[in-house]
Amino acid sequence: MMKINEIIASGKFSAVSVSEPEREIGGIYIGDLLSWVMGRAQADNAWITIMSNINIVAVASLVDAACIILAEGVELDAAVVETAKAKEVNILSTPLPAYEAAMELSNLRK
Amino acid sequence: MSDSLNFSYLVDGENFASAGQASVQVKKELRQLGIAPETIRRVSIAMYEGEINMVIHAGGGVAQVNVDDLGIEIILKDEGPGIANIEQAMQEGFSTAPDNVRSLGFGAGMGLPNMKRYTDDIQIDSTVGVGTTITMRVNF
Repeated sequence: MMKINEIIASGKFSAVSVSEPEREIGGIYIGDLLSWVMGRAQADNAWITIMSNINIVAVASLVDAACIILAEGVELDAAVVETAKAKEVNILSTPLPAYEAAMELSNLRK
Repeated sequence: MSDSLNFSYLVDGENFASAGQASVQVKKELRQLGIAPETIRRVSIAMYEGEINMVIHAGGGVAQVNVDDLGIEIILKDEGPGIANIEQAMQEGFSTAPDNVRSLGFGAGMGLPNMKRYTDDIQIDSTVGVGTTITMRVNF
């Protein structure tokens, strides 16, 4: 298990909106089709995506993902960040592509 | 005891960005009732998919959630175009959503299948040109 603040401390991921720095991450899910993510992602997953529209906040909240990780340096509109803060949805960002981000998380767990 | 708690929400058909507000609100209400997290997850995902469908296809509608001793019932009612072929609509990957919706990450043909996946029972009552009512149950 690893916590959100431990991922940020690694230096490869930066905080976009973090309400629960102590939250534990259990598993990783990668996907950009929101309905597919809702069908398959598990609670407490770190969800890696390149989608940036406001609906990702609702999806992460409803799935109960530990955090969203925006891959490839994707940036969010200020309104999306505000909504994430209000809904206490944790969002990190990384310049890494999804696969490499997942590899990095996997290495951090060891 | 036969008391049940009821919540009702209007789903705004004009605003795609606000879709999901009813589901997030329901999630909050159910959490306050002390309902198990996995049950809440199933209810709120099924309801969100329904909300999204109402926004994409039906210009909004009404969502009602009833909590009783045995579980949670979600009723989604709209006056949209109706579903011509329910069997086809239930297939993963079948979608009639427009491109602008697909670019947001929806319209993958997973909505109704996800609603079925996450609930214990789903009834779809639809008449073309009149509207659709979907009743789902998640048992405790």
